[in-house]
Amino acid sequence: MRRLFSDELNDLHARFSEMGMMVNEAIFDSVKAFVNHDKALAHSVIDNDYHINRREVDLEKRSFEMIALQQPVTSDLRMIVTVMKASSDLERMGDHAVSIAKSTIRVKGETRVPEIEKVIAQMAAAVKEMVEQVLDAYVKEDAEAARQIAEEDHGINDFSSQIYSLCIDEMTRDADTIVGSMDYMLVSSYLERIGDYVTNICEWILYLKTGKLLELNSNAKEDGF
Amino acid sequence: MQNYSLTDTFIRPFDQGQEIALATSALKVFYDDHEALHGVSLPFERYKITALIGASGSGKSTFLRSLNRMNDTIEGTRVTGSIMYRGVDINSKQVDVYEMRKHIGMVFQRPNPFAKSIYDNITFAPRRFGEHNKEKLDQLVEQSLKDAALWDQVKDDLHQSGLALSGGQQQRLCIARAIAMKPDILLLDEPASALDPISTSTVEDTLLQLKDHYTIIIVTHNMQQAARISDYTAFFYSGTAIEYDETRKIFTRPKIKATEDYVSGHFG
Repeated sequence: MRRLFSDELNDLHARFSEMGMMVNEAIFDSVKAFVNHDKALAHSVIDNDYHINRREVDLEKRSFEMIALQQPVTSDLRMIVTVMKASSDLERMGDHAVSIAKSTIRVKGETRVPEIEKVIAQMAAAVKEMVEQVLDAYVKEDAEAARQIAEEDHGINDFSSQIYSLCIDEMTRDADTIVGSMDYMLVSSYLERIGDYVTNICEWILYLKTGKLLELNSNAKEDGF
Repeated sequence: MQNYSLTDTFIRPFDQGQEIALATSALKVFYDDHEALHGVSLPFERYKITALIGASGSGKSTFLRSLNRMNDTIEGTRVTGSIMYRGVDINSKQVDVYEMRKHIGMVFQRPNPFAKSIYDNITFAPRRFGEHNKEKLDQLVEQSLKDAALWDQVKDDLHQSGLALSGGQQQRLCIARAIAMKPDILLLDEPASALDPISTSTVEDTLLQLKDHYTIIIVTHNMQQAARISDYTAFFYSGTAIEYDETRKIFTRPKIKATEDYVSGHFG
């Protein structure tokens, strides 16, 4: 392979993986802040999002230049397209971490429901696991793992339904928890969206390996439409 | 065919910290009464690859050939303006052209090894300049061939004819021959245009390695090649340097319409 190009491609790989770790940390911290009612940590998640956004722009710029200067084809081109598309998914995941952090700041002082927070923490741990797995599958270009990870998204959706039911029950039982429960539902939906973005990245890993654009776990199917 | 303005140009400025290996100023080339190059002023940064691109007849090869006075040999040719190299205007009549070419070497479009052995191809010029120490010449052959990424393929038979090599190998032999004189600057006139894609890629890799020690100026018709290997690109049109900037800018967001049209294939 052309020396300069392969160096640049490796660099792109490394910077993308690094962005993945930044996003994973943001998700982890945002949920940790939410569960521990840690306003300071929530603020730091919001502040750090700037670096994630910058990294996405940087990866896009590098990708455009590599396409313009190196004219990649076949798997080289797919690699660059994958980084461009998947980095935009990562960036959106980071935005959801910010939304969770904002909920943390908002919910402080409201009546809390430890039982629901426990399920949210479990859901967050499952999402974190998925994010770590998808980054690993990306690095290993493991299409089979990507398919399996996308399957795990169903488990995330189950958590979401469970939290929804718990919140409805809680709000019915005690009106003081309405504001807090609304936030629980929001946080759960942010985590659920993060799971969807992980599925998107799985699709890009499959594209990278096979050259085929596939739709894994379409939302329409999941919702029974 | 669309005509582009020759006054709408952009030549990037260089910072104080950037070392300039060679710089032309108001360089004009006349073939008899015809002005082929209209006053080109370009600096070339040290240890970088600069590509000169443009359509046939745009003046890029004429410009490259003036940089080591190759145009002197064409009757009726006149070159005005200056070419500053280490504080000396090498375009002046007082300069010893042969001495100057030790510092500014050239590789041509078609591989043109001498009908001699690989060893003799490389030692020919050093011997002409008085180097006869066998050990030193051996070392020079090894180093030059290594620098040109050819050593491993030919080291077992340095006495075979240079003409027995493949096209890509012959071109790398010519690069080895040029760098045996340890020039500062290497001028290349479409060095890969006669080669197949694999040999082209090997020559490109060789150039990328050479830029650690040499300043390289390359004329190429192959825009993708310019994009792949060069740090700076100068776009020539109708005897004028229209735009000169970092390669990544020329190929992603050039400032001049003519450049944009040329690199995107919408020229004319």
